[in-house]
Amino acid sequence: MQMIFQDPYVSLNPRMTLFDIVGEPLLVNGMTNRKERVERVAELLRLVGLRPEYMQRYPHAFSGGQRQRIGIARALSVNPRLVVADEPVSALDVSVQAQILNLMLDLQKRLNLTYLFVAHNLSVVRHICDRVAVMYVGKLVEMADTLELYAAPKHPYTAALMSAVPVADPRIKTGSVELKGEVPSPANPPSGCYFHPRCEFAIDACRIDAPAFREISPNHFVACHRADELKLPGIA
Amino acid sequence: MNNSTPILSVRDLKVHFPLDEGTVKAVDGVTFDVYAGQVFGIVGESGCGKSVTMKAVLRIVEPPGKIVAGEIILRRSVAGANGSQMDDLINLTALDASGRVMRSIRGAEIALIPQEPMASFSPVHTIGDQIIEAIMLHQAVNQREARKIALQMLKDVGIPIPDQRLDEYSWQLSGGLRQRAIIAMALSCNPRVLIADEPTTAVDVTTQAQVLRLLRRLQQDRNAAIIFITHDLGVIAQMADYVMVMYLGLVMEQGPVDEIFHAPKHPYTQALLRSIPTITMTPRENLPTITGSIPHPFNKPRGCPFHPRCEKSIAGKCDQAVPPLRRIGANQMVSCFLYE
Ligand SMILES: Nc1ncnc2c1ncn2[C@@H]1O[C@H](COP(=O)(O)OP(=O)(O)OP(=O)(O)O)[C@@H](O)[C@H]1O
Ligand code: SF4
Ligand SMILES: [Mg+2]
Repeated sequence: MQMIFQDPYVSLNPRMTLFDIVGEPLLVNGMTNRKERVERVAELLRLVGLRPEYMQRYPHAFSGGQRQRIGIARALSVNPRLVVADEPVSALDVSVQAQILNLMLDLQKRLNLTYLFVAHNLSVVRHICDRVAVMYVGKLVEMADTLELYAAPKHPYTAALMSAVPVADPRIKTGSVELKGEVPSPANPPSGCYFHPRCEFAIDACRIDAPAFREISPNHFVACHRADELKLPGIA
Repeated sequence: MNNSTPILSVRDLKVHFPLDEGTVKAVDGVTFDVYAGQVFGIVGESGCGKSVTMKAVLRIVEPPGKIVAGEIILRRSVAGANGSQMDDLINLTALDASGRVMRSIRGAEIALIPQEPMASFSPVHTIGDQIIEAIMLHQAVNQREARKIALQMLKDVGIPIPDQRLDEYSWQLSGGLRQRAIIAMALSCNPRVLIADEPTTAVDVTTQAQVLRLLRRLQQDRNAAIIFITHDLGVIAQMADYVMVMYLGLVMEQGPVDEIFHAPKHPYTQALLRSIPTITMTPRENLPTITGSIPHPFNKPRGCPFHPRCEKSIAGKCDQAVPPLRRIGANQMVSCFLYE
């Protein structure tokens, strides 16, 4: 397992060259021969669309998008099967985001990778992910195949999230469901269902019992006492 | 004052930073009008000059940055002879940045929600003291009255138990509450122009929705103008009435939000909109990208700043001269040789 981080500006050590950054995991994993490492780093840089000649440069000489490519090259250096990408495009400019998303999809196909993709941009999640898990205060509240989750969310928090996300089309007005209050601290979570103080559908049971995370339809899991009866709006 | 004359007019504004390595032309000829009751959105990628443009309007550009050309006209109504109201035009670029007039405008008539939220409040004074001080600086009220106004402001922006919060420090507040307190502070003197520079980048999605709803409501209640800066096209689509798209210190296009999203004219606007995943597209398809990357500010291309990345660039023309910003519809303007 390897990680790709959110902020390409702070996740790379400014005093290390590209060769050191991308080659370090190789060294740690026993590739002590420098020539071999140079070859592998060159191959990785090419894979993510950077020139191998850049190997001796430092991160400050690269743009945000290029730094994110360096981070991806580092993550892929030891042939992981699972890559955790924590908000990999949220710090990037719009025109660079598309390049990185394309690169990630392309690498996934070529290397048969599994991504655990953490993000808050619902359009990006929909574009990349096959399955989505929604978390609230440290707990899973819903999990389903992406298009099903977007079309028919079963948890009130998922529905509120869908409504809160600003869609880049002025003709689609979002924000119809207002979520009042604040996310509680995980150190001092509410009783019962963690979402109940903010949930417009909360009943007495929600204040007392934590709902089980159960399969409501094939492969669609939800933790809500009222999931069977509620009809919640999604985004098509 | 009615809503059909601009409250703020910026004309051919240029702000340059002379540095040892060369001159950064951060803003290089920007023109726009903002009207009362309007949410004026500014979008553009990192470094295109959004914040510097607004710092120039407030006359708080950091040295060595300087306004080297252009005008910033603020229209305000003043009491004329026999109690009538008349319009008064002041050119902010002609004022002393730290002089009395500019200080009376900054914070009172034009207020800022800065991009760095930590810059808003000092950590050693309570938020109440700071809001009260701002109110007393611009309004003829005593300490007690100022505290009452501050309390009402915290209430208006939806802060629970406001009288307790007034005596707390900014670092004691959660991100969402702090952002509300910043908005309360910016609004405390009833500005006619509120500049919100990336007001929601530091908060989560549901808080973002709350903050956007709050700004919308305040703008409607007070008929203020909001200049809303973001690089998030989703936020712009939901918030703005009118949108200005910037690239490398210049205006590429400006127009009503529906035109910008559904009939964009400039190749850069078109490319930008194509490159974002949407909620209705087929997942996992390759997104169209813009070739190349944003040039370094020291190496700005000659001619149209977008020409090295533009698919429709006309050789011998786009690489020679900067296309002027021209009107192409009732309210839409574009800077591109394709529309000559
Ligand atoms: N104090 C300064 N000294 C030198 N250059 C500066 C200074 N402030 C801004 N610049 C330069 O001016 C240009 C415009 O910066 P500005 O902060 O306006 O960008 P922005 O559009 O607000 O970007 P972002 O989306 O990242 O906030 C950039 O190239 C920046 O590096
Ligand atoms: S002026 Fe030329 S290079 Fe610039 S956007 Fe228009 S067509 Fe493209
Ligand atoms: Mg900025």
